[in-house]
Amino acid sequence: MAVSSSSAVRIERLIVRRGATTVLDGLDLRIPRGGIVGLLGPSGCGKTTLMRSIVGVQRVASGRVTVLGMPAGSAPLRRRVGYVTQAASVYDDLTVRQNLRYVARILGAPASDVDRVIAATDLAAHTGTLAGDLSGGQRSRVSLAAALLGSPELLVLDEPTVGLDPVLRVELWSLFRRLADRGVTLLVSSHVMDEARRCDRLLLMRHGAMVADATPSALLRRTRTRDIESAFLRLIERAGGS
Amino acid sequence: MSPLRTLATAGRVLTQIRHDPRTIGLLLVVPSLLIGLVAWLFDDTDVFPQIGPAMLGLFPFIVMFLVTSIATLRERRSGTLERLLTLPIGRLDFILGYALAFALLAIAQAGIAVSFAVLVCGLEIDGSVWLLMVVALADAVLGSTLGLLASAFARTEFQVVQFMPAIVFPQVLLGGVLIPRDQMPDVLYAISNWLPLSHAIDALNAVARDDEDAGYVGAQLLVILTFAVGSVVLGSLTLRRRTP
Repeated sequence: MAVSSSSAVRIERLIVRRGATTVLDGLDLRIPRGGIVGLLGPSGCGKTTLMRSIVGVQRVASGRVTVLGMPAGSAPLRRRVGYVTQAASVYDDLTVRQNLRYVARILGAPASDVDRVIAATDLAAHTGTLAGDLSGGQRSRVSLAAALLGSPELLVLDEPTVGLDPVLRVELWSLFRRLADRGVTLLVSSHVMDEARRCDRLLLMRHGAMVADATPSALLRRTRTRDIESAFLRLIERAGGS
Repeated sequence: MSPLRTLATAGRVLTQIRHDPRTIGLLLVVPSLLIGLVAWLFDDTDVFPQIGPAMLGLFPFIVMFLVTSIATLRERRSGTLERLLTLPIGRLDFILGYALAFALLAIAQAGIAVSFAVLVCGLEIDGSVWLLMVVALADAVLGSTLGLLASAFARTEFQVVQFMPAIVFPQVLLGGVLIPRDQMPDVLYAISNWLPLSHAIDALNAVARDDEDAGYVGAQLLVILTFAVGSVVLGSLTLRRRTP
């Protein structure tokens, strides 16, 4: 009990199958509370499936996923875990504010919370715009803003910075950092390796398995490389395979 | 279940539709136009007084079935439903929210259709026009709840559109419009007794002709309501928080 409540996420022998393919094959993972954890790996390696399992929307074949001390997907977690899907899940025929107000009502969050997340995601200039008329980057920020409503303890963000301009990306990472400093745990997936340096811990994933779980500096030291991309390649070489 | 979340969802669905004035226009006007067309078609005959009441059931039923099934399928497909089900909302809240939103639209639609049939097309109603509106409304609500249920079994837009011929057309054929139900072959008559639209059309005819007592109409309404509630409950049970 002591172990599980000090972890944000604890996964034991998780197996997920999709049709005939085994996406995750006996995966073990522990994510401590607080901080930014980067989930890196090529597309198709199982990042999204892992995140869906943590949020509790993925049907799993076997294994145990414990989130904030409870089985993933339990009802109390629905206010404690925020989830941003890879494709922005927003109502295109609602304005930015209407989208956020609806989610706030479902969460029972106060109306002032809507203004807070609009400011945090730099959407103040677009509150009256239909989400369908926004750019791709703006839509994904609405999706992110919705996940920030109700101040969840764990944020699961599936590629939240895709398609954003560099300035905005830096701003979002500083937002992630402020949240982490307040004790929030963030699991952020990305296939942009240069974002890895901003994380407190890195999970490198390949073919449905964890290749590494370390701090960025420890990873560079251990692989004697200068950047995460080379570290990733070195680890795969060492594992002896393609 | 939470009334607040149900209402929030209904409000959200109505706001979405409000941003799409063309859909509102079509929803409100098309059934009336079709009823007008039928009236015109049979202008020189005495057919319209016989089938006119049934049309008040048919067209709103079909339109609401289509609109609701596509609206909920869109929510499933766009990823917003998956996101929504990670939040503290009950599955029944979600389905009831949709049903409530479309029921409100159905009130407007049924009101316009009945008024148009009676005032413009000259459909003679021997019974209460208000009761006729209630039955027409129940029928539109039935259409939208069946649409909610049907969309649960559709993975794509192609599939959901084909539920229309699969679920709606047999009810139309066996509903007693083409041939009175008691003149059908026994097996088909027995089947038609189990189809909700048959009861809706029976009720509309009974009110229009005023040849049955209120208890009869009430019993038909009860059957329609049972099917509507059953669809909502089944629809919420088919919603899955976990998907493959």
